[in-house]
Amino acid sequence: MEQNPIFSIRTAAFSYPGAEKPALDGVNLEIGQGEWLALVGANGSGKSTLAKICNALLTPTQGACFVMGLDSSVESNISSIRQSVALVFQNPEDQIVASIVEEDVAFGPENLGIPSDEIKKRVDRALSLTGLESYRRRGSYSLSGGQKQRLALAGALALEPKALLLDESTSMLDPEGRDSFLACLGELNNQGMTIVQITHRMEEAVQAGRIVVMASGRVVWDGLPTEFFDGEYLRWSFEEPPEIALYRELLTRSLVPPGTRPRVEELLSALCL
Amino acid sequence: MSIIADDISYTYNTGTPAESAALRGVSLTVERGEWVSIVGHTGSGKSTLAQHLNLLLTPQSGAISIDGVEVKPGSKRSREFRRRVGLVFQYPETQFFAETVRAEIEFAPSNWGSRGDVLKERVDEAVSSSGLDPLLLDKNPFTLSGGQRRRVAIASVIAMKPDYLVLDEPTAGLDATGIKELTQLLGKLRNAGLAVVQVTHDLRSALSLSDKILVLENGSCVVYGSPELVAEYLVDNPVRGLVIPPVVRFVSGLREKGIDIPLNSGLGEIIKSIEVFKGRL
Repeated sequence: MEQNPIFSIRTAAFSYPGAEKPALDGVNLEIGQGEWLALVGANGSGKSTLAKICNALLTPTQGACFVMGLDSSVESNISSIRQSVALVFQNPEDQIVASIVEEDVAFGPENLGIPSDEIKKRVDRALSLTGLESYRRRGSYSLSGGQKQRLALAGALALEPKALLLDESTSMLDPEGRDSFLACLGELNNQGMTIVQITHRMEEAVQAGRIVVMASGRVVWDGLPTEFFDGEYLRWSFEEPPEIALYRELLTRSLVPPGTRPRVEELLSALCL
Repeated sequence: MSIIADDISYTYNTGTPAESAALRGVSLTVERGEWVSIVGHTGSGKSTLAQHLNLLLTPQSGAISIDGVEVKPGSKRSREFRRRVGLVFQYPETQFFAETVRAEIEFAPSNWGSRGDVLKERVDEAVSSSGLDPLLLDKNPFTLSGGQRRRVAIASVIAMKPDYLVLDEPTAGLDATGIKELTQLLGKLRNAGLAVVQVTHDLRSALSLSDKILVLENGSCVVYGSPELVAEYLVDNPVRGLVIPPVVRFVSGLREKGIDIPLNSGLGEIIKSIEVFKGRL
């Protein structure tokens, strides 16, 4: 994996014009092909900027970003990078371009000059993966927030990218929609797609194979989800879900024996009421 | 003083193959000083309902009344009513256009004719009640963090001095600190007498924050009432797209074992009742 990273970010720094502090401040990160990485951290920690660097929407002001070996600061590499790496933004409205769902999904591949029968196949596949088949003739703007978010993902998938960068792309989905979205990502990842997922939700980060924590424009922790959820996440002031607070309280007061797992049914039977 | 939605229905793209019914006979009352949550799955009609409360959409059947006056389509008073009901869209910061936070917040009241000292006072009040740091007023809104931007968006709606604040997924995309701060801010505004209507699919936050909850499924109201009533209903009647929070499931399990506590109990109450039941207290 490490021999052939899809993203190689080397002491990358980036400052927005007029900002007091750099958004990225010396980030070193290698992401291998086929990895599923969750990028977590507070608002303003540099996650979205890093995603834009990975997609060559931004170029590091210091250091470098290589995507599949291509230097993102070289103008002639940008189009290859963007074809291989799709970015799905936080707000789906930002990337809806056509008024009909299937036309919106076809927009990207059409721009790449892909033959129309191939476009049709890709659109069908993307709509089916995202559960939007029955909405294909609907108006893009008449969709709900969560449906638009799935449309934005479908548009990215139709590009058949090697890597998918998702910036809080489940924020408008309901719990059921989120589960099916994550299942869809799991399937894509099994097929070899690299996934970099920016999220605030710990229950989503659990699904990833690797977790990277950012703070003040730097990578401050990088490791496995099991290590992360074994208390590490509390150091970074992420939200403690109420069920975990309840679980810890039950343990502290010896109402359940040590070793009980934080699952409702298990806790109830461990209480011995 | 209240907004009353009475049996309202709305269908998008009527008469076309894309026709879809978003609301089917929904009724809701929002009193000033109340926190009301509208929850439901993606596509359940939540945002459509929110847009009705602010008169951006007019019901195709049923009626909306604001402070006792039924609002008819094209009514001359729609403009005044729209000022009274501030709507904060999903990701409101994507609609920023001004170069400074001050200009962004001034925009709506100046459109309504506020000038000079009156305008300044409006902006100062909005900044203070939204908990924004006044030092940010001369900054470019695009350089602020996600949580700060959301505050600017809310301040720019508060500057209109609304009586009702309708927010569509106000915490989407915010981190844990941002969510906590925003929740405190909305609680403060509610305590100051403003009505807060929050559209969310987060049942957990709705149960802990609201005075009343309306649950939508496919455009219809399935249950409407206090958090206790809604929790009781949902434990027995699963609704598409809504996941019962684990703590509520835990309490429901305790009740099956004979511990008599409300489903919506907090952590302290839960622990105490277990200890009492076990004879420890």
